[in-house]
Amino acid sequence: MSNQTGVLTRSGVEHPPSVKETTGKRNRKKLPLFNWMRGLALPVLVVLIWEAAGAYGLISATLLPRPSEILVAFKDLIVSGELYAHFKISLFRAILGFLLGGGLGLLAGLAVGFSSKTELTLDPTLQMIRTIPSLAVIPLFILWFGFGELSKILLISKAAFFPLYVNAFLGIRGVDSKLFDVAKVLEFSKWKQITTLILPAALPNILLGLRLSLGAAWLALVAAELMGSSEGIGYLIMDARQFSQTSIVFVGIIIFAVFGKASDSLVRYFEKRLLKWRDSFIG
Amino acid sequence: MALLQVNEVEKSFETVNGKVKALEKIQLDVEKGEFITVIGPSGCGKSTLLKIVAGLDMAHEGSVLLDNRKVTGPSIEKGFIFQEPRLFPWLTAEKNIAANLPVKNKETKESVKQLIELVRLKGFENAYPKELSGGMAQRVAIARALLRNPKVLLLDEPFGALDAFTRSHMQEVLLDIWQNNRTTMLFVTHDIDEAIYLATRVVIMNPRPGTIREVIPVDLPYPRKKTDASFQEIRQRVLSEFEKVEEHQAAAI
Repeated sequence: MSNQTGVLTRSGVEHPPSVKETTGKRNRKKLPLFNWMRGLALPVLVVLIWEAAGAYGLISATLLPRPSEILVAFKDLIVSGELYAHFKISLFRAILGFLLGGGLGLLAGLAVGFSSKTELTLDPTLQMIRTIPSLAVIPLFILWFGFGELSKILLISKAAFFPLYVNAFLGIRGVDSKLFDVAKVLEFSKWKQITTLILPAALPNILLGLRLSLGAAWLALVAAELMGSSEGIGYLIMDARQFSQTSIVFVGIIIFAVFGKASDSLVRYFEKRLLKWRDSFIG
Repeated sequence: MALLQVNEVEKSFETVNGKVKALEKIQLDVEKGEFITVIGPSGCGKSTLLKIVAGLDMAHEGSVLLDNRKVTGPSIEKGFIFQEPRLFPWLTAEKNIAANLPVKNKETKESVKQLIELVRLKGFENAYPKELSGGMAQRVAIARALLRNPKVLLLDEPFGALDAFTRSHMQEVLLDIWQNNRTTMLFVTHDIDEAIYLATRVVIMNPRPGTIREVIPVDLPYPRKKTDASFQEIRQRVLSEFEKVEEHQAAAI
């Protein structure tokens, strides 16, 4: 930050810096705590009202247990080690499925983006498969691969494949053609053209694809675990539902929410670091 | 032999109303170390001519020779400065100048450092393009071209988008570079003062079809003063040629 300010002030001596550069950004950076609290205010308010309503008996404990009850269920599950076991297997499925599907999606997106021949051969088929809802192929996957890990991981892969595929493809095709003229004049090799021009230019889209892929993998994980399994957070939810243990259902949902958000934040962190060169509206 | 020879270059565009001639029989020799400015009304094909010299536009008649070798495509021998800086937004100023050359290389690093000083950008090595003003960004683009030691630097209205102050500052910088490196310059502009201020010869073009109307040598010592009588004298000459261009244009319509 100090370095950036230095540059701005020095440029200010020569040419007045634009208004945009001196305002906006700083407010955001100066008050991270305040911004953080701003995001937290609404959920905290909801939880408080919820707890109070439950304590006064305004809502049914079986349908909507109080936050404090959920917390107790949470603690019990941690102490018994159950939660950790379920969580471990869920995380394993999500990561493996995401790596497989996302990785292939990125590779396919790059291949199709770089060559119009590959695009003509591959894209129509992939677009066709993309429109098939994941839920519709679950029965088929079960028939083919059984109830084991394979069908679950493949289902997650299918979901994670397309966001990365589509966005990597879009990113590459969106590179400013004017910069290609520059690459020609500077005699870029094919390799340099890819590493110095195309990939950095496509990076914002690829990272967006990564975020969407992670989200899709998470969604598919739940679908896969609900369709029939004997372990995992999804199973925990299904099992608790059968015994009307609503607070455990909530624990499962909260875990999904927290880890969904955590993985998203991780990618956004990289986005911020890798895309600091971007000059766009920050609100 | 002249460093750059433009021989009988002709170019036409296909439009809905048939073929339109953009350039007709362009003949121009540029000696080593010269500073040529090309000036003409918009649509006279001056930018097209520059693209042809650069090898960015190969669909034309006639030939362009650089050092007696035919131009067959773009290359680092012909540095090109576009109207906009066209920097890579994800690279710092320093890395933009190096672009496809390794910055870690000692020789490259040293030349980049010298160029940054030459284009007066010291202190901005690690700034991203979004942190640079228009004039600074264009200077990075010039340094990027110079790092490749071009035989000729082709500039396509490079200061057109800049305000008057920045523009005259950029003209100083460019003259500095020219006097330091003796790089041959071919500079396209639509600003008469700029054309006379910089050039050893001013090429005036006619539009529709684009032809060279007149080449006026500017035998004034540098640094020049736009208010000097001798400068104004040449300015009058260029202006009167321009009036003829307008008459020519009116007659064509």
